[in-house]
Amino acid sequence: MKESGFVPILNGQAIPLSEIPVSSLDDFQNGIVQGVHDGLRLACLCVDAEQRMLSVLADDAAKQLWVGRSRLAQASYSSITPHCVQASLFEREIAEQFGFVPEGHPWFKPVRFHASWTEGRDAWGRTSTPAPAVMDFFTVSGEEVHEVAVGPVHAGVIEPGHFRFQCHGETVLHLEIALGFQHRGIERAMVGGPHPLSLKHAETVSGDATIAHAWAYCRNMEGLAGVTVPPRSEWIRGVALELERMANHVGDLGALAGDVGFLPTASFCGRIRGEWLNLSAEVCGSRLGRDWLKPGGLRYELEPDLAERLLPRMAKAWQDTRDAIELLWGAASVMNRFEAAGHVDEGQAREIGMVGLAARACGIGLDVRKDHPFGPYADHPVPVSLAESGNVHSRAWVRWLELAESYRFLTEALQGLALAPADPAPAALPPLAPDSLCVALTEGWRGEVLHLALTDSKGRFSRYKIVDPSFHNWFGVALAMRGEQISDFPICNKSFNLSYCGHDL
Amino acid sequence: MIHILLSRLRQGHRTLAYPKGLPILPERFRGRPAVDASKCANTSGNGAEDGCQLCADVCPTEAIKLHDGVPQIDLGRCLFCPECEDACPAGAIRYSGDHRLAVRDRKDLVVGSGEEYRLAKALDSELMRVFGRSLKLRVVSAGGCNGCEVDVNVLQTITWDLSRFGISYVASPRHADGLLICGPVTVNMEEALRITYAAIPEPKLVIAVGACAISGGPFFSQSEQFGGAASVVPVDLFIPGCPPHPLTILDGLLRLLGKLGTNA
Repeated sequence: MKESGFVPILNGQAIPLSEIPVSSLDDFQNGIVQGVHDGLRLACLCVDAEQRMLSVLADDAAKQLWVGRSRLAQASYSSITPHCVQASLFEREIAEQFGFVPEGHPWFKPVRFHASWTEGRDAWGRTSTPAPAVMDFFTVSGEEVHEVAVGPVHAGVIEPGHFRFQCHGETVLHLEIALGFQHRGIERAMVGGPHPLSLKHAETVSGDATIAHAWAYCRNMEGLAGVTVPPRSEWIRGVALELERMANHVGDLGALAGDVGFLPTASFCGRIRGEWLNLSAEVCGSRLGRDWLKPGGLRYELEPDLAERLLPRMAKAWQDTRDAIELLWGAASVMNRFEAAGHVDEGQAREIGMVGLAARACGIGLDVRKDHPFGPYADHPVPVSLAESGNVHSRAWVRWLELAESYRFLTEALQGLALAPADPAPAALPPLAPDSLCVALTEGWRGEVLHLALTDSKGRFSRYKIVDPSFHNWFGVALAMRGEQISDFPICNKSFNLSYCGHDL
Repeated sequence: MIHILLSRLRQGHRTLAYPKGLPILPERFRGRPAVDASKCANTSGNGAEDGCQLCADVCPTEAIKLHDGVPQIDLGRCLFCPECEDACPAGAIRYSGDHRLAVRDRKDLVVGSGEEYRLAKALDSELMRVFGRSLKLRVVSAGGCNGCEVDVNVLQTITWDLSRFGISYVASPRHADGLLICGPVTVNMEEALRITYAAIPEPKLVIAVGACAISGGPFFSQSEQFGGAASVVPVDLFIPGCPPHPLTILDGLLRLLGKLGTNA
């Protein structure tokens, strides 16, 4: 990677921009294509305020990240998507945000349907405000082929998105997903920050992953300010993240049970999920973990006596959780439906750069907690949970295995925290390093959350890039639907349970 | 089958007794804030800190304005974060554990010093006749972060058992009596929201849940959104919070349907 001008950094480590060479576009693009060919993962590809392209490649085996950049001299460049599928959505995003056209992109469409950030330069030559989900959808023609359109407003309490199915009878030939309905301008809002609202914006990238995103934001702030968080506070952040994982996994397993009509687990889990959310609220007052973390440490301590009090409550919640979920594995009707639906091939999952629990369900052992350890996870590792079949059952099973691992982590943490005195409240952060870059990864319950911060000469954010795991994984939902019955869409979709707002930003 | 029955026995009866009794909320839960003018440096008479506006300065959504020196908090903008409470050296702003926040009029979402908070009044008698025993809501998520959806959804679980009050969420606006809106209404959701509203037969209600749906919430200054549901459709009930606790949402719905006494 070095010959292509990429430099190695660690998760959460700030680096002066002057240490990242500006390569030629050819070298830069070759670096990405070759890197991905050699097994690296394209974690981020974006354009900065000075119209330079920037890339983060993850070497998960070597526990390091490679950062490189290049200047975009013209309004168009040669797309690398034909050689590297992982670049597809990133190149479309860059086109939408800055108006740079990736020539030869095989699937060149908007991502979120907003006007270009660069005045007078629109990648599609549009002059009026783009309307959401108005684009050329992939279509299939032929006798008995029909199209089903769903959304943006769905039947349940769900976020908006538009789904186009190309069907032959009941069988789905292809699904295309158009998002952007939740686009509220978070990345643009971060520019010029840190603002008083920046932490709030991080927390609200995806409300159900408040901690994962808030933590990534805090780690960028701490990396750029050169501040180390005390180990006890890091451990508590781990508790916050694992409680978030418990609540969401329990909720998802219950919802999956509901989708196949297995009501006992569905109704038990709906209630038990609340128990896990309420444990977070005991510490910080908010069921979603709002305001728990702050740059430099914590806003709300988890004092030894509180840890002591939470332990028996958590043990009871875990007992109920196990009791409710174990029913699933013994119910033939559930197994039959789970195993028959939503298969994603391991090779395809690798090719599209799938992350998180959806990747682990295909047998791909990616987990930021292991691959790029942060916070407490180097000292208190959480084993990676894997399944092999890549179907709905695998995604459910990985959640189940992870529940047990997170519970083990939580028990050890609360026992440890009950014995150690609380840290003093964190001091205000020193100013952020000017002209620097920091990349922070966390493993949210869906998967890898990436926040990339660039500072200007005054130490303010000149660019802030957020990649929710949903951004990598939405195409996986489309793959999971190929050849499936359209009636299995709800269960396939739920087995991923991706974030619309995390994608739309 | 026997496993399911045994599990059912172990899981027990879990529906809250509410509204007969209040569930215990966490000690650190931040409910309706209260302003104590007698403690505020601007009015307490000690004069040392005259012109203090620390609370207004730290508020990330500009929810606090000073009126005659006394802070007034706009709960429609408030994210219920601890900034103002932490910033006030005199302790003039304190969060209470009071979960009751819903109002009928946007202007009533103000907490100042002294005045009583005007909680939501029940529907008038004609609307009560139509909706009082059965209220079907279409939930539309129009931007936002899915946090409000989490706690709106929770009301359907056995813990809260929303349908025992005759309230439920339905799959089509054609089957609905009203809209429950979360999110600031993004530019990209405006049309879908208007169409959904139009598809609901008259008479209909609109309920705005969360800071986003009331004021734009943390996104209030973004041009990608409209600053709340009321910019697109008329709103009958405002339920503040970021996100509101499920109890706060249920309290609002029950107040609207006159199922809680005015003093409850």
